[in-house]
Order: sequence, then structure tokens, then C-alpha cells
Amino acid sequence: MLIESIIFYFFAAVTVLSAASVVTVRNPVHAALFLVLTFFSSAFIWMMLEAEFLAITLVLVYVGAVMVLFLFVVMMLDINIARLREGFIKFLPVGILLALVMFGMLFYVLTGDQSAVESMAAPAAKAADFSNTRALGQVLYTEYVFAFEIAAVILLVAIIAAIALTLRRRTDTRYQNPSQQMKVQKKDRLRIIKMEAEK
Amino acid sequence: MIEFLTPYLDFLPYELIYLIATLIKVVVILVPLFVIVAYYTYAERKIIGYMQIRIGPNRVGPKGLFQPFADMFKLMFKEIILPTNANIYLFIIAPVLAFAPAMAAWAVIPFNDTLVFSNINAGLLYILAMTSLGVYGVIIAGWASNSKYALLGAMRSAAQIVAYEIAMGFALVGVLMAGGSLNLGEIVNAQAGSVYHWFFIPLFPLFMVYFIAGVAETNRAPFDVAEGESEIVAGFHVEYSGMTFAVFFLAEYANMILISMLTALMFLGGWLSPIPSLLGDSVVWLFLKTGFFMLLFLWFRATFPRYRYDQIMRLGWKVLIPVTIVWLTVEGIMVYYKVGPWFA
Repeated sequence: MLIESIIFYFFAAVTVLSAASVVTVRNPVHAALFLVLTFFSSAFIWMMLEAEFLAITLVLVYVGAVMVLFLFVVMMLDINIARLREGFIKFLPVGILLALVMFGMLFYVLTGDQSAVESMAAPAAKAADFSNTRALGQVLYTEYVFAFEIAAVILLVAIIAAIALTLRRRTDTRYQNPSQQMKVQKKDRLRIIKMEAEK
Repeated sequence: MIEFLTPYLDFLPYELIYLIATLIKVVVILVPLFVIVAYYTYAERKIIGYMQIRIGPNRVGPKGLFQPFADMFKLMFKEIILPTNANIYLFIIAPVLAFAPAMAAWAVIPFNDTLVFSNINAGLLYILAMTSLGVYGVIIAGWASNSKYALLGAMRSAAQIVAYEIAMGFALVGVLMAGGSLNLGEIVNAQAGSVYHWFFIPLFPLFMVYFIAGVAETNRAPFDVAEGESEIVAGFHVEYSGMTFAVFFLAEYANMILISMLTALMFLGGWLSPIPSLLGDSVVWLFLKTGFFMLLFLWFRATFPRYRYDQIMRLGWKVLIPVTIVWLTVEGIMVYYKVGPWFA
């Protein structure tokens, strides 16, 4: 139990520190990398909650795919840090107010009488061969099948919209037609000449 | 392992014994892996040499057998050059980020029914997550080097890996449907029977797509535009020397072996014998099958010219992904009608 708490507090500290670094570091590439670290350490915390499917999917989807594209874009863009920081003082009061509201809500939920955290018994640990993936799949495809399908359709619409927004025919780019390239025969391009060896 | 250690280390707390046992298991898996990587580089130079009617390395030791060690010592004693204006921390950490996931993925690989480091339920998902992390090493190396060629190589590699990962993931969905589990050991056991029960027959297009995507993910020829010697010198690792370069090298070869072994496990029945009535199941089968795919990696490199960049993107997005989607539908129908010995 002691080791588990040490691991938990370690990853919790890493999560909080790296999340704070995302908004405080100057270099946007460093900020993106700290966000990766935040996702990664929160995946560990989920793993400790025995939610291994969600933890691995978080790493696979957010770290392995989404953040790669983020980094890709951030590296290519020439971001002007000074301009991004311009409104800092102006928006500071609003930011502090939002932070206070968030903190108040969390405080109310975690310490109030109606707190669900204290009144509920800790869930029993599952057996080692309990498959998180199977359990999730069974619920998703039976009880929540319509919500699941609607989410899938929304994602599909978003994909099509993203493609439609960026698709434009540019007349000035040269384009090679691969099917035409593949139809090329050796005899169209290559001529073998027989000639005497030079003395 | 723990039972074996307990009488000798009685005075230690259980957690510490557990830790020592785990570390021993890690060493038992990784040290042979490093030796195989060393001799894989030797085999690469020899085999490609013979394919091109050359001899290959033949000076260090009998038949050049000590060449990998000579190379290793050379790389260890070379100076590590830090480019001016490079981002030092990220520059040093990039090879580690390429290396760590390549090693971590081996944790869930089963060698036979019982011989597995960590027999987790979501093994396949874990492998997919770990292999998708390798790209960070490449991107960070390219960016931190503060060099144009390195950045170009990193960009090419990132686009390529993201594109081929989708095809690879879909191919794995097919394996998951056929095996009915995410656990690699259960996937192998679902192929029990004879050579006709292995998944490469009903999933042949997915098998091809998986191996092609695997070659592309490891940035090997003919998909090695990320390195592209003739255009961008060495791509993302152009500024790396000595040990930092060696770590990238080690990660790449460990990944090649991993892809070969995964292909053998998921499509060719892993440690199962092709004719169980004559020959028993054994870990030797797994190594033979893995060795075949490792040979294919080298064979490709000796045979094919490098793809053009737009051809790589076209192959990934317009050929491999549609093939996998069509075959997943076909497989769904086969599962529904319980076709053949595979889905019965």
C-alpha cells in the first residue's frame, strides 16, 4: 500500500507540475512536450485505478497521434511569443475569477456533507484476469449503443467537414498521375542500341 | 523466479525481492536482444553484400565475425558533437525517447505458453501505444538539432508514421476480431491446429498491409525517405555522432526485430508447429518465423529503390487503408457465417 501511494503521489506531482509548465514555459515546442508529459503521467494514474484500457488509449490516441500533429504544426509555425503575451495583464482578473470559481466548486464537492467520496465504500479490486476492454465493449454495444453510434456519426461528419474545408484545387501545382506512370512500358522509354566495342 | 530467489534473499522485504526478480527478467530479455541486434547489423552487411556480389565485412575476426564489436567500440569512443544553438537537453533526450519505447514494447511479447514477461490483457493495445511513441525521438531529434536537413527528415518521418499507423491499427483490428482477444498469447492459441489454422490465410490482405506498414514505421528501405542519404544526407540524425547515434541505431534494429516477431505471432501462429502431428510446438518455430521476416527487411533493402515522397503518401492513404477497410468488412461476414477452420 505504501509503494502504491508513493507511485500515486509521484505521478500526481508530475502531472500537476508539467500541466503548470505548459502555460508558463516560453517556448511553444517545450509547452507541447510538457502537455505530452501531462497526458503520459495521467495515463499512469488511470492505470492505478485499474482502467488499463482507458490509460493505454489515452497514450495511443492523445500522445501517439494528436500531440504528434500538434508538435508538427507548432514546429512549422513561426509563433511570436511577445504578441501572444500581450493581453496577459488585461485578462488576468477574468482568469483569476475563473480559477476561483473552479476551486470553489471542487472544494464544495470534495468537502461538503453531500460528498460522495467519503460516503461510498472503496470498490473491491478486480481479479487479475478481469478484462477491462471486454467489460467496456459489452456496455458500449448494448446499453449505450445509440449514444455510441451518434458519437461515431458526429466524428464522421467532423472528418468530412475538415476535408471539405481544406480541399481546394490548386492549378499551379504539378501533379503526377500514378496510374499513368504505372502503365509506362519499357519499350516506350528505353532503346537498346547494339554497337561495336571501342578499341 | 520469485520462488527461486526467496530462500537466498530471505532477509529482504517481499517488494525488494519482487523488484530484483523483475530486473533479472528484464536483463534476460534485453541482453540477448542487444546481441541479436549486433549480429543483425553484421548479417545485414553480409547478406546485402552477397546479394550484390560483394564479400562484406571480412577483416575483424574469422569471416569478419567480430565486426559488430569493432563498430560498437568505435561508436563508444567517438566524440559526441553538440551543434551550435542546438537545444542541448532535448538533443540529448531524443535518442532516449526513441530507445525506451522500442525496449518497453518487448514486455508483453510471449515466447511460448508460459514464457512471457508480463501477461497483460490489453497486450496488443499496449504494443500499438508503445510503437506509436517512437516517433517522438525522431521529431525531437530533428527539431533540437537546429539543422535544416534534420528538420526536413523529422517532418517526413512524422507524416509517414502517422499515415501508416492507421493502416497498421486497422490490420490489428482484423487480428483482434479473429483472435477474439487483445492478449497476444490468446491470439496465438486461437491459431492452434495446423498451418491451415494460422491467420495469414483468412487475413492475407491484412497480413501484407501489416508487414508493409511495419517496414514503413521503422523507416526502412524502400520507405526510408526520413533518412534519404541522397537528398537530406541522413535526415533526422544527421547531427548525431558517437553513442547518441548508436542509440538511434539500436532502437531502429530492435523495432525491426519487434515487427518481425509480431508478424510471426499474429499471422503465422507464433511458437505453434506447422505440422503438430510430426513436430512439437516450440519456441524454435517462433525464432524461425521471426528470422524469415528479419531476412525480408534486408532483402527489401538490397532490392527496391526508394519510394518518392508523394508515392509513399499515396500508398499509405489511398491503397493500404481502403484495402484494410474492405477486408475488415469481408472478415466480419466470415465471422458471422463461421467460415472455415478459423472462425468456427
